[in-house]
Amino acid sequence: MAGNEKKHEDKKMIHIRINDQELKVPEGITVVEAAHEAGVKIPTLCHLDLHDIKMVNQTASCRVCMVELVDASGNRNRLVPACVTKAHEGMAVRTDTIRAITARRMAVELLLSNHPNECFTCPKNLECELQSLAEELNVREIRWEGERMDYPKDLSSDAIVKDSNKCIYCRRCETMCNEVQTCGILSGIGRGFEAFVGPAFNIPMVESSCTYCGQCVQVCPTAALTEAYHVDKVWEAINDPDKHVIVQTAPAIRVALGELFGMEPGTIVTGKMVTALKRMGFDAVFDTDFGADLTIMEEASELIYRIQNNKTLPILTSCCPAWVKFIEHQFPELLEVPSTCKSPHIMFGTIAKTYYAEKNGIDPDNIVVVSIMPCIAKKAEAKRPELTKDEHNNVDIVVTTRELGAMIKEAGIEFVNLPESEYDRPLGETTGASVIFGTTGGVIEAAVRTAYEWMTGEELKNVEFEQLRGMDGFKKATVRVGDKDLRIGIASGLGNARELLEEIREGKDKYDAIEIMACPGGCIAGGGQPYHHGNYEIVKKRQEAIYQEDRNKKLRKSHENPEILKLYKEYLGEPFGEVAHRLLHTHFEERERI
Amino acid sequence: MAKTRTNIMVCGGTGCLATESDKVMKNLEVIIKARGYADEVQVIRTGCFGFCEQGPIVKIEPDNVFYVKVGPKDAKDIVDEHIVKGRRVERLLYEEPVEKEKVNKQEDMPFYKKQVRVALRNCGLINPEDIYEYVALGGYEALGKAITEMTQDQVIDIVKKSGLRGRGGGGFPTGLKWEITKKNESDVKFIICNADEGDPGAFMDRSILEGDPHSVLEAMAIGAYAIGADKGIIYIRAEYPLAISRLNTAIKQARELGLLGKNIFGTDFSFDIDLKYGAGAFVCGEETALINSCEGKRGEPNYKPPYPAEEGYWGHPTCVNNVETFANIPPIINRGPEWFASMGTEKSKGTKVFALAGKINNVGLVEVPMGITLREIIFEIGGGIPKGKRFKAVQTGGPSGGVITEEGLDTPIDYDSLLERGSMMGSGGMIIMDEDDNMVNIAKFYLEFTMDEACGRCNTGRIGTKRLYEMLHKITSGKARMADLDALKQLAYMVKDSSLCGLCQTAPNPVISTMKHFWDEYLAFIKDEGHPQGEGRYTPKNKIGMKS
Repeated sequence: MAGNEKKHEDKKMIHIRINDQELKVPEGITVVEAAHEAGVKIPTLCHLDLHDIKMVNQTASCRVCMVELVDASGNRNRLVPACVTKAHEGMAVRTDTIRAITARRMAVELLLSNHPNECFTCPKNLECELQSLAEELNVREIRWEGERMDYPKDLSSDAIVKDSNKCIYCRRCETMCNEVQTCGILSGIGRGFEAFVGPAFNIPMVESSCTYCGQCVQVCPTAALTEAYHVDKVWEAINDPDKHVIVQTAPAIRVALGELFGMEPGTIVTGKMVTALKRMGFDAVFDTDFGADLTIMEEASELIYRIQNNKTLPILTSCCPAWVKFIEHQFPELLEVPSTCKSPHIMFGTIAKTYYAEKNGIDPDNIVVVSIMPCIAKKAEAKRPELTKDEHNNVDIVVTTRELGAMIKEAGIEFVNLPESEYDRPLGETTGASVIFGTTGGVIEAAVRTAYEWMTGEELKNVEFEQLRGMDGFKKATVRVGDKDLRIGIASGLGNARELLEEIREGKDKYDAIEIMACPGGCIAGGGQPYHHGNYEIVKKRQEAIYQEDRNKKLRKSHENPEILKLYKEYLGEPFGEVAHRLLHTHFEERERI
Repeated sequence: MAKTRTNIMVCGGTGCLATESDKVMKNLEVIIKARGYADEVQVIRTGCFGFCEQGPIVKIEPDNVFYVKVGPKDAKDIVDEHIVKGRRVERLLYEEPVEKEKVNKQEDMPFYKKQVRVALRNCGLINPEDIYEYVALGGYEALGKAITEMTQDQVIDIVKKSGLRGRGGGGFPTGLKWEITKKNESDVKFIICNADEGDPGAFMDRSILEGDPHSVLEAMAIGAYAIGADKGIIYIRAEYPLAISRLNTAIKQARELGLLGKNIFGTDFSFDIDLKYGAGAFVCGEETALINSCEGKRGEPNYKPPYPAEEGYWGHPTCVNNVETFANIPPIINRGPEWFASMGTEKSKGTKVFALAGKINNVGLVEVPMGITLREIIFEIGGGIPKGKRFKAVQTGGPSGGVITEEGLDTPIDYDSLLERGSMMGSGGMIIMDEDDNMVNIAKFYLEFTMDEACGRCNTGRIGTKRLYEMLHKITSGKARMADLDALKQLAYMVKDSSLCGLCQTAPNPVISTMKHFWDEYLAFIKDEGHPQGEGRYTPKNKIGMKS
């Protein structure tokens, strides 16, 4: 409430009446917001207000928030959707009339009449907003037996599953895809009863220019859009006695996984997670942060190389596969700009199947690398031909935070009460620099920590660069490195990335280094993370936790990681050198834009 | 026209073209040429005469003889008898059905007697492909007057005083709409003509565009001047190829004469018009859906406010008016608002075009003053019910309206009285039903239409209309029980209450009004035990939202 009052300070206040309460509210707020201030909850479904990332879905399509607008004469009351109806002076609204209550319940009843009755086996069971609404609005029978939508599931991609039969046409995914991510993949198809959301002409997702960022999955209230499910493959590998199964966990998992077990958002569960993974039967539990430290070694070297040799600047980070696919489809003329570095978990996979395999005398063909990622795009990335062309894949299986949660539950592990354990060595040795890869601004901050010391030869005392932090989708900052100012751009969310890339293409602003993450806020808000259900405060708490985890680390610069230094000394040679190039770098290609 | 002594006007409306009026015209031309009359007799393809039941129509001027049901083979007699010998072809004259007398003058026919043609004034009178014919009858005078002699506010004031209300269905006062759009400051504004006519059976807009396209262009220019727009769009469904072709011709001719383009009549006012084609979605007649479609987006409505007058085409203030509304504008400017307001009722001024269809003798298009009764339209102009059957009901307002029964026949028709009767004006479709029609089936027919045409954006429109239709189907299949009728009624009111736009807010009207007037016909389908067919009154248990 305090926040609300502050927010309302400058606005003109108006008087409205909700049920029997007289209220003073700022002009222009919606009836839903006004009712909330009066302690009246109006149910919503299609409505989604993520103003932190500039997304508000206002399609008013579900009709679940209908309230009765009281006419002055009293006999021409009408129902209006509270999510888009703005409060005005003298307005009187009733949310509690039987007409409004019935209309709201019947709206859910109608949606259910066209929804598959498979809650038990649905991937969104107990996470489904339609399901919760049915309970909240006391739907006890569905009187409308009739035709239901009957479309085949789209299982074409390695990342996203589209089950249009569960689409309630709220259009949240469409707003996310078009307005926030500017990818323009999802939109309304068909008319009337046949309407649902999908790519143009309902082509398979794999043929579209979808980046698989998974933000549509994050906002889908039902299971119309979910991640491709790969849990069974992991169990199969673990139970194969011939396989040496390695698991690596991305930085953002440790600050979100606890939510799936009822823990407070922002709880750091690194140690419990490691214990759980060991109990599940993985042969070695490692950290993607090791790959992140390795990435910094390469990326910082590449940055310095480009600066010293007058090569293409800015350099763009390439850790995010959704972002990489975005540039391939949308800005193929800029493909020279991104760093050629593989993403951290792919680098990790490569090292696991070469260095680690040799060191431990294991046949790389028998090594299975499982990545636990906050991300859906990583599933598709792991299947890219150039990353699977060797005899063995770099990474074999990718599962999301949510899938890991499901596996822990399935294994009967009481997560909350687990003792803590340490990652295995050597690929579990990490620094604070690599942990912050999980948030927007983190990759570039990690790179700066290393580049600073390498370029100046001096020790960096204060490693925290406040100007690179925060939840803003588009940040510009300058970092003084010796006698040079490094111009840095940071974008999270593909719409912001587009803006930044357009600036680069038009030569409007000069940058030396740019970090882009496809998900607004970075990996902590990834498409594979526990559902935030419209509450971005959760994401902010994950971000705070990531920086806390960084502060908890003794070593906070990637080039100080002793296992990384050993890896170069024993195996890779120089950073950005020949062997490193062969193993740790990749290339990008122009893709069609559909 | 100057040298010719006789004009043979052949109806070139879509209805008559479908019954080979183009062949009639071709034959007439060939025979006239062969007889050597090509210099003094001219064959003109006009717009729709309205009397589609009797088409193809051929009218001879200045003799004022009106031939009906003219086939290609009749061309010879028309030329050899009427043109050459000056004798009327008796068998092609209209026969008055009661007295069986032949009628040769248009104005003597019962079909035309009570009509007052304002919007349709030039249809059937001029060659729509010749701008000079339009100009000869006073065309573009109103535009000249408006932009050279009047201020924007004066034009708006005249339209407001005339009492003209939107003819597309809503009945919003046109002058007020113009005023609101004018008041919204912007460098860029648009005026859009809604020619996405979609009510089943209604074709007045098509007839106007086919028969008198310049009246719409002129009115759009006047409207544009009044609201401060310099760009107009006609959103027309692609299924109207003839109207499109005539509009294109008209726009080209108007540009050539400087009536569209830069500095019209030497003033600072510049205005031009583009066509945008719709793919025939009924919902695109809703103005926000129409604007979305014009912008290349999915044709679905937005929540209002903001109204198009505030944020319309590409976010600029936009005024959307219907074809028939526009067609009324030039006469209002020319003849004054008092003249227009002298016709009609207190709150509904002027005339309205109705399309008569269904079980009625004279199927066609009629224009009548507001305030005329349904009885006059159906029994005098429309010639009553065929085969001596009994009148049962009339559906006005197309699929969005409701039925009016015998007891409502003497209601003077205007926007408000129809609403009071649980129906609406709509765009002017009028479907007449006789004693053989089952009203549950009629409701089902309309629901099938709206269900198919709903865009799908809102839940109630997408699933609600489907479930209404399915429930009606269940009833007519004899599988429904009393509880289903209760549920149907509740759903009908809920869909009306909760839908996003006018299409689905009005979609349940046919159900609600047939349930109100023909409850027994619903009951007759119910097979509950203890409830014999057609007997007794059933009171629904749940009365929520059922005020009627």
